[in-house]
Amino acid sequence: MGGASAVRARGVVKTFGDVVALDHVDLDVEEGQVHGLVGPNGAGKSTLLGLLLGLTAADRGRLEVLGTVVGRTGAAPADVAGFVDEPGLYPSLTPRQNLAALASLRDAHADDVAWALDQVGLTEVADDRVRGFSLGMRQRLGLASAMLTRPRLLVLDEPTNGLDPGARRQVHAVVAGLAAAGTAVVLSSHRMDDLAELCSEVTLLTTGRVVFAGPVEKLVAESGEIDHLVRTTDPAAARSVAEQVPGVRVVEPGTGRRPGDDALVVRGSLTAVDELVVRLVCAGVQLRELGPVVAPLEAAFLALTGDEPEDRPDDVVGPLR
Amino acid sequence: MSAVATAPAVRAASAVRPAPLVRTYRFELLKLVTQWRVRLLLLACWLAPGAFVGIVSRQSALPADTVFGRLMHATGWSGALVVLAFACLWALPLLTALVAGDVFAVEDRLGTWRHLLVAVRSPRRVFAGKALASATVIGLLVLGLAASGLVGGLLAAGNRPLAGLDGYPLAGAGLAGRYVLAWLCVLAPTAAFAAVGLLGSVALGRSPMGLVTPAVLAVALAVVQLLPLPLAVRLALPSQGFTAWRGLFVEHVAPGPLVVGVLVALAWAVVATAVAYRLFLRRDFTNPADDGSGRRLVLTGLLPLAALAAVSVLVVSVATPATGSGVDRARLETSLATTYGHLYRLQSQELGRPDVTEAQLQSSAACDKGGSLVEDEGPGNDWRCVVSWHLPGARAVGSAVYQLDVAADGRYVADGDGPQDVNGFFLLRARYGTAPNPLWQFDGLVDLLPPPRKD
Repeated sequence: MGGASAVRARGVVKTFGDVVALDHVDLDVEEGQVHGLVGPNGAGKSTLLGLLLGLTAADRGRLEVLGTVVGRTGAAPADVAGFVDEPGLYPSLTPRQNLAALASLRDAHADDVAWALDQVGLTEVADDRVRGFSLGMRQRLGLASAMLTRPRLLVLDEPTNGLDPGARRQVHAVVAGLAAAGTAVVLSSHRMDDLAELCSEVTLLTTGRVVFAGPVEKLVAESGEIDHLVRTTDPAAARSVAEQVPGVRVVEPGTGRRPGDDALVVRGSLTAVDELVVRLVCAGVQLRELGPVVAPLEAAFLALTGDEPEDRPDDVVGPLR
Repeated sequence: MSAVATAPAVRAASAVRPAPLVRTYRFELLKLVTQWRVRLLLLACWLAPGAFVGIVSRQSALPADTVFGRLMHATGWSGALVVLAFACLWALPLLTALVAGDVFAVEDRLGTWRHLLVAVRSPRRVFAGKALASATVIGLLVLGLAASGLVGGLLAAGNRPLAGLDGYPLAGAGLAGRYVLAWLCVLAPTAAFAAVGLLGSVALGRSPMGLVTPAVLAVALAVVQLLPLPLAVRLALPSQGFTAWRGLFVEHVAPGPLVVGVLVALAWAVVATAVAYRLFLRRDFTNPADDGSGRRLVLTGLLPLAALAAVSVLVVSVATPATGSGVDRARLETSLATTYGHLYRLQSQELGRPDVTEAQLQSSAACDKGGSLVEDEGPGNDWRCVVSWHLPGARAVGSAVYQLDVAADGRYVADGDGPQDVNGFFLLRARYGTAPNPLWQFDGLVDLLPPPRKD
């Protein structure tokens, strides 16, 4: 904290006819910070990102981007770049042509095209038509086009959508590197693991309103009790121990578990779960797996947006071993 | 709205800088010329007309229904003008539809509007870049049609004089100049159709209807042309320029219909472009439900054009001598007598007879439409005319009979009914061999807007 302000929004309202897309939204992003926007579909994330990019103007409220008041369409400073919804790419052009055209429009250096392609790992396909690209390749090219002008504020909408794990790691590294160099990044994502890994702060929107804004840790801490999966060598003994730990409740297993799986699901605060681990060890019950059924950030998201946690396959959240 | 103190230690942001128009234009041009459809069109426009003229010029059956079509064996210029006539019928509206009719809608289909606006930072320049790029591509297509048709024609039938629509022989630089001017005049209605394409593309979003807007307009205007409308209405149509260029290919150019056609078409181009511009700037690109299409097209898109059409008719009615259908007995007789005189002279030259002048011939015509019970006015295929002329040194007056099929746009086809030694045979034995008889059947043009008589 304490860096220069990249985004400062106060009481921003945006409506489309009768639909209130943003309802008195406040937002603060500092330079060098990766700030996550999270919320269910239709929460207003894309509208807010569009305002930051100057695609439209707020009906009411005040929005400052890099110290410039953005009060009309197209008034975002030149140091802002990014994409909303999906990267804008022209399928009849190659990645190099797409980026070169953008570089020409935005006064970027021609050398930056090769640099941006290299950053996202698309150098080898730089002269192929974009028409045949996968969603993941298009996402990476979109990121390249966004960072081409070396902006001070980077706005990204679902930047890891459609990426395989390797490409996702690459995008994470690029975003983290830009932030380390002082670029403010505002990104929206439905992937809680992205937000947890990249963002220092998040703003949670639902139906156009901010329901949480602050550090990720605070959001997790505010999420209260979390369901944990406990797999041991002796399920019956483990259940008996768990029932005696204050603040821990044994929850009936959901439908998403593997057939024949006799693991326990317990609900409690992190402190209470820590106590359960101690007591299991003291009771001679060997612990094989322990992990949240739903990621803490996701649990917080679901709690704050009013959605019920769903049963997830085991590979959604990797158990702590 | 709450007052907010400026954040501390903020580095000054770079000012908002829209991308330069030249670069925006270049980007739009690049996007257009990398589309396979546009490349195919360019290839077709630069090759197909020449090939068409070359092939048709070598066949015995010629497209006599098309103006200048019956002369394709005689000179290469006629083939080039047949291409121009065909282009005005369908090709140019279709080309504008495929280029300008899609230039905005394609961004909706690709989902690239937001990217483009973030890159350019000015909807105005995006619009201008797209409009200019479309105009450039359409210009290249038109240039291809003009050049290809001419090269094909000259290679196939040679650079020989062309008998104009009044029979007057046109040749050399004068003919070339008129050919270039004709294509330049055709650019005006082409621009009007392109502007309507832009409007359709902006107003109808990703709907394919935007693509076909110019073609729909062309069909609608073609249907209107078939109706028995007053001359003032015909001249006020944006497609008037697509036929008015014929008036250039006579000895004394009648500029009236051509000037009116060009001005009306330019007015359409300006108004349709302005409406498209206004609609485009009003669009909210963050509204997921707004792709630019909708009912507002009727109010904000079509009404201004309908108003323009009404104003055009009014202005043409007041500012020009356009009355009735524009085709009446006096005008037809004047045109036919003049054309006959020029063609008689041409026939004499081809037969190796002593040259005569139009002044010596004193040709005249007497026309009647449909007999005594029908008024001698308006287009139709029931005009029957007797042409008379004087031969130098002879007291007898020669006469020939023609059946005329007069179109509403002033063009007519005169079909000879005798005498046999004048207009009775398709071919004649010229000094250099067999040649088409210029008096057997010929095209003519009625001046629909003659200058006011000086009594």
